[in-house]
Amino acid sequence: MTASERILTGEHFMLGDHACAEGALAAGLDFFACYPITPSTEVAERLSHRMPKLGASFLQMEDELGSMAAIVGASVAGARAMTATSGPGFSLMMENVGLAAMMEAPCVVVDVMRGSPSTGLPTAVGQGDVMQVRWGSHGDYSIVAYCPNSPQECFDLTIKAFNTADHYRIPTFVMLDEVVGHMTERVVIPDAKEIPFSGRKRPSTPPTDGRFLPFQAAGDGVPPMAHAGEGYKLHFTGLTHDERGYPALTPEAHVALVRRLVDKVRLNAPAIVEHEELMLDDAEVVIVAFGCTSRSARRAVHLAREQGVRAGLLRPITLWPFPEERVRRQLRTRGLRRFVVAELNMGQMSREVERLTQLPVLRVNHPGGAMLRPEDILEAVLR
Amino acid sequence: MTPTKAAGASSHPLDSLFRADRLPHILCPGCGIGPAMQCYTQAMVESGIPLERQVCVSGIGCSGRVAGYVNIDSYHTTHGRAIPFALGVAVARPELRVTVFSGDGDLISIGGNHFMHSARRNVDLTVICINNFNYGMTGGQAGPTTPPGAKATTAPYGNAERPFNLPYLAAAVGATFVARWTALHVRQLKDTMVRALRKQGFSFIEILAPCPTGFGRPNDIGEGLDEMNRYRTRCVVNHKAPLHELDVDLREIEEPIVLGNFVDRDRPHYRPPMIQRSPAEEHGTAGDRWAAQRPAGMEGTE
Amino acid sequence: MSTRRPVNLTSARVPRGKVFVLPERCKGCRFCIDFCPKEVLVESEDSNAKGYRYPLLASGKEDGCIHCQYCTLVCPELAIFTEEDG
Repeated sequence: MTASERILTGEHFMLGDHACAEGALAAGLDFFACYPITPSTEVAERLSHRMPKLGASFLQMEDELGSMAAIVGASVAGARAMTATSGPGFSLMMENVGLAAMMEAPCVVVDVMRGSPSTGLPTAVGQGDVMQVRWGSHGDYSIVAYCPNSPQECFDLTIKAFNTADHYRIPTFVMLDEVVGHMTERVVIPDAKEIPFSGRKRPSTPPTDGRFLPFQAAGDGVPPMAHAGEGYKLHFTGLTHDERGYPALTPEAHVALVRRLVDKVRLNAPAIVEHEELMLDDAEVVIVAFGCTSRSARRAVHLAREQGVRAGLLRPITLWPFPEERVRRQLRTRGLRRFVVAELNMGQMSREVERLTQLPVLRVNHPGGAMLRPEDILEAVLR
Repeated sequence: MTPTKAAGASSHPLDSLFRADRLPHILCPGCGIGPAMQCYTQAMVESGIPLERQVCVSGIGCSGRVAGYVNIDSYHTTHGRAIPFALGVAVARPELRVTVFSGDGDLISIGGNHFMHSARRNVDLTVICINNFNYGMTGGQAGPTTPPGAKATTAPYGNAERPFNLPYLAAAVGATFVARWTALHVRQLKDTMVRALRKQGFSFIEILAPCPTGFGRPNDIGEGLDEMNRYRTRCVVNHKAPLHELDVDLREIEEPIVLGNFVDRDRPHYRPPMIQRSPAEEHGTAGDRWAAQRPAGMEGTE
Repeated sequence: MSTRRPVNLTSARVPRGKVFVLPERCKGCRFCIDFCPKEVLVESEDSNAKGYRYPLLASGKEDGCIHCQYCTLVCPELAIFTEEDG
């Protein structure tokens, strides 16, 4: 197998879901386990076609509980592992998202959001998993969630999701919505040499000297990762554990572990957070929108400017951690009058903006089924 | 005529197979998981598979704690998900021999779907299932193996349900090796574990084990020793027993309990589809990716 | 199918074993005592630090162990083992 088979360098006219699959392959995907679900199925179908030719493992599991557990297992054995799903399957995966967080097993979950709750609107767009991706498994832990708004970003951010997962030993998420997942656009896949790769921090002592502590973290809060089969006699557990990985069911051990799991992302947020901005320098009205909604919002910014209102757009690329420092900085802009948060849910990301400002935050939203139109957002900007 | 003290010792010859610094384990006096764990560690050695290549994965419950005591790479996962987690390890690193060690509630109730499908696929796993007829860790609730009429903390008037016959189930869903022993039959159990570890494909061993705390006392069986004595007097070995006749009810004094190695057949074991089987030309297996980052002294373990 | 052959009494030798006990590990389940094929073990009168009675060698059975290692395998606590002794 050559790099050119794995990495399809060149210009393509490509579906968002397919670009996501190609990004994973370019990032070195070893192991993919999934259960079919609309509108993410094209990720799985693409990979079922591609992975067998690359010597990589494609598995269709019995359900999403098993899919998520399988990628955590593959991860601790050293694989770059991913699954893809949509709302109902995402709910089932939450159990082992918590396990991945607790075992610090790097993995990537692609969630193509559809109208929800429950079975909702299987074939139509929604953006209702904003809070679930952050808080969906019980307890406190930290994750990173990327939100592409184009097939090109589906490719780029999936690669980034793998690198971030490995760097911080966390589950990371690529949050497409149905519109982005089913959108076909130009995707440029660079040369293999230009694909960014940063791997896992690895033990610096051999297993023979018995000094390696698998959950002892350095200053950045991230312990080096040893894999099954390397001779370290590892023990990983979902129970609260000490630096050896042994169950330690004390308040002290729990506080130390959970605080570190949360702080891995919280304290490193400046290095992780990404956003895109459009005409924010002089904005009196700031639209905050992600995914497909950001495309309508971009149009709304231009329409508002044509009518003499200085609108701007802040698009979170990392939905989590939320770019709150950028919002705070915007609050110091002279003449800022209000925020407009546009999203296809009943006001989930809005809360993140509302808690940062005393200024009015207008919600432009509905729970999904169709995109928000630029005019819907414009009306709130001009109001 | 007074008894004499046996010779003392500061350590046990099998200590190195356990995380001795975690002993004594949390299991109750008279629990049958201990003997099963002893057999497992001895079988690990006797299988001839290097310990560095063996992995233990468990779920939740008393039996799930075994992963925390055996001194090999071990993963204590979520309730019911030991099998798919183990599948991930085994597929990502086919050179590793992965054993799932867990309980009946974990593997067959909450994890029943994974059990069924992994046997159907014939994933290369050994599944060791402690069957103690109840949920022990949470305090003696009824489960999918609790005999009808048996008392449990969630069945105070007697269990209303029919239990699984696990060997029959395992054979029906496709396991290539199916056996049942008890915590009393340690020699046969250990030999069966060695066979299972060496067998390719999905092998399943049910181990009937006393849970005096959760099952024995509420059901007038008594202590662990009393349940072991029931195994001693009632068990018969019949490797050719019809699988559908393998129901167990410990309380029925007259009924024999049938043990044996019931199924041993060969079917192709599961591998993900590969059009091109070139193990490691450029990308390699999951384990190879990090090889360059490996510190000195680890070469011998791959 | 292997065929069972009678033991040759002139050449067969029953091994002798020496029993080792780690009393502080014992949880008093009695598995080793009740299932020893040579009934070599009895329960102690006094208890270990955790309050459990541990196995002792029965009087008159001090040389009775045949190193079958059943106790080693059945003990849940790594509290007893045998070694071949002459």
